Amino acid sequence: MNMYIARSRSIAARALDGEMIIMSTSDSMLFTLNEVATEIWLAADGRTPLSQIVQNKVCAKFETGPEAAYADAEGLCRRLAQHGILLISDQPIESAR
Amino acid sequence: MMTGTIVEIGGTPVLLRVEDGAIQEVINQRYAAYLTTKPSAEPFELTVTLAPDGVGFQGNQPRVEWREGRWSFEHSDSQAEWLPASGRGWVRQSATFPQGIDSVLRVLHSILLAPKGGCLLHAASAVRNGRAFVFTGVSGAGKSTMAGLAPPDATLLTDEISCIRPVNGGYRAFGTPFVGDLDKAGENISAPIAALYLLAKGPENKIEPLSRNQTIRILMRNTLFFAKDPKLAEALFETACGIAAQVPAYRLIFTPTPDVWKMIG
Repeated sequence: MNMYIARSRSIAARALDGEMIIMSTSDSMLFTLNEVATEIWLAADGRTPLSQIVQNKVCAKFETGPEAAYADAEGLCRRLAQHGILLISDQPIESAR
Repeated sequence: MMTGTIVEIGGTPVLLRVEDGAIQEVINQRYAAYLTTKPSAEPFELTVTLAPDGVGFQGNQPRVEWREGRWSFEHSDSQAEWLPASGRGWVRQSATFPQGIDSVLRVLHSILLAPKGGCLLHAASAVRNGRAFVFTGVSGAGKSTMAGLAPPDATLLTDEISCIRPVNGGYRAFGTPFVGDLDKAGENISAPIAALYLLAKGPENKIEPLSRNQTIRILMRNTLFFAKDPKLAEALFETACGIAAQVPAYRLIFTPTPDVWKMIG
């Protein structure tokens, strides 16, 4: 089953020194994404499956195997979704368009 | 008879229309250095009245809400409402605590500054050699201590709440009348910010640089932010990012002696 991810609209984000700092505007919580997580975040367009994002943005740039990279990415996405700053679905996310 | 007094803090004038002599006296004393008859802009207008006997207000913490085009505020000593679109509002003030107007002004300024890219920051600040130095930290971190240790050539802007806003592409710190433990209003002047320090007391004086990421977190943690409002939160985040991008920031670990100021300026 594919997982699709999209950035929430209830956030403000700024790229800083290779990291992404994200604020949830609903509760003002701040999150900092490392370089790998930032690549996934930037590619979260709601249309591209997570598996493809991992393959194109993570495995292609960082020396990591696809299975481990996907497992890490999925865990990251689920944690970000719990905080409401990322949307996840098993279908393309229309609202992200 | 209702009189009017303009209090201008950080370039934001507020016309206070007051009917009660005790409140007027508090305003005249507390904001003496900030009273003006020539405001730099059209003043925001607040009508201040005394609450009828027996009327109490709710909340140990200020409660601020945005609803239907207006801000409402309630704290243990006062209640207020204002409409940004009209530039007007009202304050109902406890008779037993006339200085409660201070809470309203802090909230009002924090909200008026946000869309202009500014903020009120829990921080002491002082001007030395034409440059402002801002010292932030939680209660007990040493804001008033740093202000109290300032050498004679430093001019105190505040020992409690700093007013920061962008001017001509840079950030300036402005004096405020909001007092902390020193119980002394800051001078009504401003200067470009040379550095931001996160205060921590320690066994020796030491300065460590902070990353921009750390600086944003510190600014967000110490900015006066009363309302759970997404647009306001986003504006303050942008302000924190802007300050972090332009102002060098450091962790200042210090012992409470005047020597610490040898490292400042």
